[in-house]
Amino acid sequence: MKPKIHFGEQLSPRAEQVRSALTSGPGITWVTVFLLVPLISIVVISFMSRGTYGDVQPHFTLENFKRFLGFGAFGFDPLYPKIILRSLLMALGTVALCMIVSLPLTFFIAGLPQRWKQVALMLVVIPFWTNMLIRTYAWQIIFSGTGWLARAAASLGLIAPGDALYPSAFAVFVVLTCDFLPVLALPLYASVEKIDWSIAEAASDLGADGRRVFWHALLPQIKPGLMAGAILVFIPATGQFAIPDLMGGAKTVLLGNAIQQQFGFSRDWPFGSAISCLAMAIVMIGLWLFARTAGEEGRKTLV
Amino acid sequence: MKRPSLPLCLNAVVLYVFLYAPIVVVIVYSFNSARRGGPWRGFTTEWYATLFHSPEKLSAVTNTVILAVASTAISTVLGTLLGYGLSRFSFPGKKLFSWLMYIPVVVPDIVAAVAMLMFCSFVRNWTGLLELGLTTMIIAHVTFQIPLIAIVVRSRLAGMDPAIEEAAHDLGADAWQKFRHVTLPLLMPGVLAGAALAFTMSIDDFVISFFTAGPGATTLPILIYSSVKRGITPDINALATLIVLASIVGTITVTMLQRRGRNEANI
Repeated sequence: MKPKIHFGEQLSPRAEQVRSALTSGPGITWVTVFLLVPLISIVVISFMSRGTYGDVQPHFTLENFKRFLGFGAFGFDPLYPKIILRSLLMALGTVALCMIVSLPLTFFIAGLPQRWKQVALMLVVIPFWTNMLIRTYAWQIIFSGTGWLARAAASLGLIAPGDALYPSAFAVFVVLTCDFLPVLALPLYASVEKIDWSIAEAASDLGADGRRVFWHALLPQIKPGLMAGAILVFIPATGQFAIPDLMGGAKTVLLGNAIQQQFGFSRDWPFGSAISCLAMAIVMIGLWLFARTAGEEGRKTLV
Repeated sequence: MKRPSLPLCLNAVVLYVFLYAPIVVVIVYSFNSARRGGPWRGFTTEWYATLFHSPEKLSAVTNTVILAVASTAISTVLGTLLGYGLSRFSFPGKKLFSWLMYIPVVVPDIVAAVAMLMFCSFVRNWTGLLELGLTTMIIAHVTFQIPLIAIVVRSRLAGMDPAIEEAAHDLGADAWQKFRHVTLPLLMPGVLAGAALAFTMSIDDFVISFFTAGPGATTLPILIYSSVKRGITPDINALATLIVLASIVGTITVTMLQRRGRNEANI
């Protein structure tokens, strides 16, 4: 093979491999050993069975996958199918709600004068960098039985007097939205800021009403940011375990909680691995849909 | 671009209140003198004083700092080298390994966390190494930080003029001198940005730490979680307030530095 010119320097294929091994080698080895191998083993273990003492028995079985589809050892049980459905609805609902409220917010920020724009944007960035657990447990105080929100709900007859608004699916949903709002709003803002408004003006000059201007002249321009934000919310929301744990308790078990249960006190690693595989599969399907709708442009926004 | 209309402004105000309600509540309640949380009973700074006399909380702070500093140091070196290697040289399987960088982005963190937990316990069963504790947490954090730093470094290298490195070579620099005295200094802002991101991620992380921590290796997020599970106490609000203030100061400082950097770059 002919040596190629590399930044003014002749580099033989052999020398290039040596340099690659010296630079990329350690990092690739580290990530392969500590992340890729564990992830592959989680797939393998999901086909094994649990021993009497919570150990992993190397017997091939499809039992774990049957169990979360509802066909366990004791007949049909919709517990796990319900968890899957609930997680999907929660994650998609969070994405949808974050989108609906972020759109007007980002247009508001983009329309401010330069000085105020920086401040308004900073006010979205600060919660983004503030620990999520803190922002989550604070809602326990806001939603407590003595708080005015719970009292207002009680006076409307929505809950019994003295009850708190958590644990409930409603609380999980509110907190998911509050915690993930900046995650969607920031990439969306990057798109909104770059909007070419002359296209919208041209559309309205040509007689399009407000709604059509938005759908046909504005939405295509902000789609990459919107899709990137959606996927950045969807992935962690699907595997979320702390928020449903603190705000939903036993009433709102999501995939993340089911995984934690199997690796915690249930100590059924093969079953926990199977649920993890399912969570990965859901995310992969989401990414695939994302790649199909957003295309190359969207992928660039994301990475 | 049009000025925001009134409904747009009102909507924004409501959303900012929604975003800041939890943060404000934690700060306000850290001064509440009620012992078991609950309604407001008057102002006190007592809880801040008790923080500094609690060995449990001080050790969580120490662990968090050790974890963040150690993991960031290791991952900055490995991640920078990896980003450089991926952008400058080609080797068999490069495409596959470039995809490897995106695993931490696309796999839910709890899945990666339990995968590492199982890996550590299998290795421990076979070899006696990787006892759960601070060491396994550092390993896990480094695993997540390397791809992050490599991505940042690689994108900075992609925007660099190849003529600079060519000139260095023409002037007689060998590969190491070229990297050490030309590429690395130009790369430094990218490396620092990546390291800052990695450091923040480590300080903030709950899920990965929670699963790879052994008994006794508690970090601040784990401490907050386990305290909240037992019931919110005012001293946890005080601790959380200090963390929130640190994040606010940190965010503003980094943004200011970035803006100054951008302005200087424009000149």
